[in-house]
Amino acid sequence: MPDINMAKAINMALNEAMERDNRVVVMGEDVGPDEGVFRVTEGLHAKYGDKRVIDTPLAESGIVGTAIGMAIYGLRPVAEIQFSSFEYYAYHQIEMHAARFRNRTRGRLSVPMVLRCPSGGGIRAIEHHSESREAIYAHSPGLKVVMPSGPRSARALLHAAIQDPDPVIYYEPKALYRLFREDVPEAIETYPIGRAQVVQEGKDITLISYGATVRAAIDAAEILEDEDGLKPEIIDLLSIAPLDTDTIVNSVRKTGRAVVIHEGPRTCGIGSEVIARINEHAIEYLEAPIKRITGYDTPIPYFARERAYIPDADKIVAAVREVLSF
Amino acid sequence: MPRTPIDIPHKLEYLSILSENGEVDTKLEPKIEATKLKEMYRWMLFARRVDERLLKLQRQGRIGTFPQASGHEAISLGSVVNLEKADWHVPAYRELAGFLYRGWTLEQILIYWMGYEEGAVPPEGTNDLPISVPIASQLLHAAGIGMANNLKGDKNVVMTYFGDGASSEGDCHEAMNFAAVYQAPVVFICLNNQYAISVPLTKQMRNQTIAQRALSYGMDGIRVDGNDVLAVYAASKEAVEKARNGGGPTLIECLTYRYTPHTTADDPTRYRSTEECNTWMAKEPLIRFEKYLKTKKVMTDADFKTMEEEIDARINEAITNAEEACKKPPLSDPLKMFDYLYAELPSNLVEQKEELAKHLGIEITEKETRDEAGAVGRGK
Ligand SMILES: Cc1ncc(C[n+]2csc(CCOP(=O)(O)OP(=O)(O)O)c2C)c(N)n1
Ligand SMILES: [Mg+2]
Repeated sequence: MPDINMAKAINMALNEAMERDNRVVVMGEDVGPDEGVFRVTEGLHAKYGDKRVIDTPLAESGIVGTAIGMAIYGLRPVAEIQFSSFEYYAYHQIEMHAARFRNRTRGRLSVPMVLRCPSGGGIRAIEHHSESREAIYAHSPGLKVVMPSGPRSARALLHAAIQDPDPVIYYEPKALYRLFREDVPEAIETYPIGRAQVVQEGKDITLISYGATVRAAIDAAEILEDEDGLKPEIIDLLSIAPLDTDTIVNSVRKTGRAVVIHEGPRTCGIGSEVIARINEHAIEYLEAPIKRITGYDTPIPYFARERAYIPDADKIVAAVREVLSF
Repeated sequence: MPRTPIDIPHKLEYLSILSENGEVDTKLEPKIEATKLKEMYRWMLFARRVDERLLKLQRQGRIGTFPQASGHEAISLGSVVNLEKADWHVPAYRELAGFLYRGWTLEQILIYWMGYEEGAVPPEGTNDLPISVPIASQLLHAAGIGMANNLKGDKNVVMTYFGDGASSEGDCHEAMNFAAVYQAPVVFICLNNQYAISVPLTKQMRNQTIAQRALSYGMDGIRVDGNDVLAVYAASKEAVEKARNGGGPTLIECLTYRYTPHTTADDPTRYRSTEECNTWMAKEPLIRFEKYLKTKKVMTDADFKTMEEEIDARINEAITNAEEACKKPPLSDPLKMFDYLYAELPSNLVEQKEELAKHLGIEITEKETRDEAGAVGRGK
């Protein structure tokens, strides 16, 4: 039962996947001897060499486009885009090709690749290094989008992503890389993509989140229990596309109230989709309007102001109190 | 000494073997057997006749907008014939001759232009990618395939195609750079037809040739007469052999002219003169190849006539087959739009598929593995 941080857990999954399947190759900018700018590919180049740990030229479209070719050829590329803002350079390859080859060729060709990408704020980075853009990719048919919320889910989801027959965008909330440690099981674990987890059972309200803000939801639940005697139920989506409608809906049917929390901007964010699904499947169970605690519809500010932008426990506590007093 | 010339070794050549009058440079003439020459001509003529027929079908509203390929046959066919079956064909969209040569049925090509994904399914047993619409994006797939080939220690070659306009895209640069850095066995074939829709080559770049860009990536480049099937053949044969033997990528710029409108939706009189087009007509690739075949006594006038009749009969048959296929499942089934997006259908798509089925009042059928025409396949 190793007690490790999330960077190590991702590293562990990469190593395990490369060990058990020689089709798995890691590629990206600085993933080789430098071991990644967040040191997530630590030890891989030393162990697997140039051929399977590929330092690519500095070109995001090139990384994704060649990974697509490799996947079609029969490899299982795990490509890294250094920061989620630079994924735009490759967006056309992701949307027009990775997401579509299976459909375009009626299943004859497929693109089993993983695109790993650090995401979100909270590390006092310079501009363009803190964005949460998962909604864009969830909106692109043919992709799967997942985001872990800690070491254990990071390892289990990465294994699932690498084994998946379709392209998966795997976002790494970079604020969590070294924030806390968690026990991960000795044996390799995989979490099915498309399934959310109830991380804490409750009855008064459902807090729905994913990625870094799951921590904020857990902290908020503690405050609410101590100060208000409430027992919120917390759902960690893990998979943003496909979205686990059942888990969300079942919980809301039980609690009758919900707050959705994410770091990305509010308009057309994942919260909008979550609320739409609740409306479609459980509106008659709702006791109060659902609230969203999210990033605002502005670029995430430069780091001096980012704390005000990112959802935290206080904002969630206030939202829950508001929903309960409706 | 602060300013000294940097000596970059380079060689940049123009290759032409068969003149527009059908005269051959015997010193450069590639040795191709008579049966193969005849076969090459047949595929080129087949592509030409198909292209002409597609135009008619488009005007009759029986197919959608399509980019004509007439005039590009020497480039597509002259290069593709150097591939083995296990090699990779990564086209753009004007390589009609190459598609046919690689075993795509005419039915499938028609079905593609009739608007069905089933026309984009590579035939079983070939390593082909379908038409790529986003300009230059396919070049990166070719580079990645070549890189994977090296990684696995295989000996396959990738041949990929792009236009003069495509040469301005970032993906073109990235693909050539990746292929060169990793010595991927990729042959980059540029169909330089001097126009990107309405934009002439002079507005695409300041350099004299596209081929010279190869030098900046550290690979070989050559410009050939793209209307000369023998020159395209010779240059790409050399490039394929080099790639197969670990010599890395090559850029072959094939100079031709876009004899037709860009697509059936384009009006070239808005941006170029008929005179300009006419001067290029004389250089057209089929006529000079015919002259060559006659001089070499590979084919007679009667042979040409029979070949054309056989081709036209085959085209008629294929059109009937394709139009019939459209009336039956899977082509007639709109619910197929949901089936192939993921290996397994996620619940939101199950829900949306049921919603559309209900709206249309049709039954949901199982996802099939093959259709009658053999055009539909479900792979890995
Ligand atoms: C990325 C992208 N931008 C624009 C277009 C629209 N478009 C289609 S063909 C074309 C011109 C391409 O010119 P060229 O590369 O010379 O190829 P040609 O059509 O002449 O064979 C354009 C602009 C596109 N398909 N993809
Ligand atoms: Mg052109």
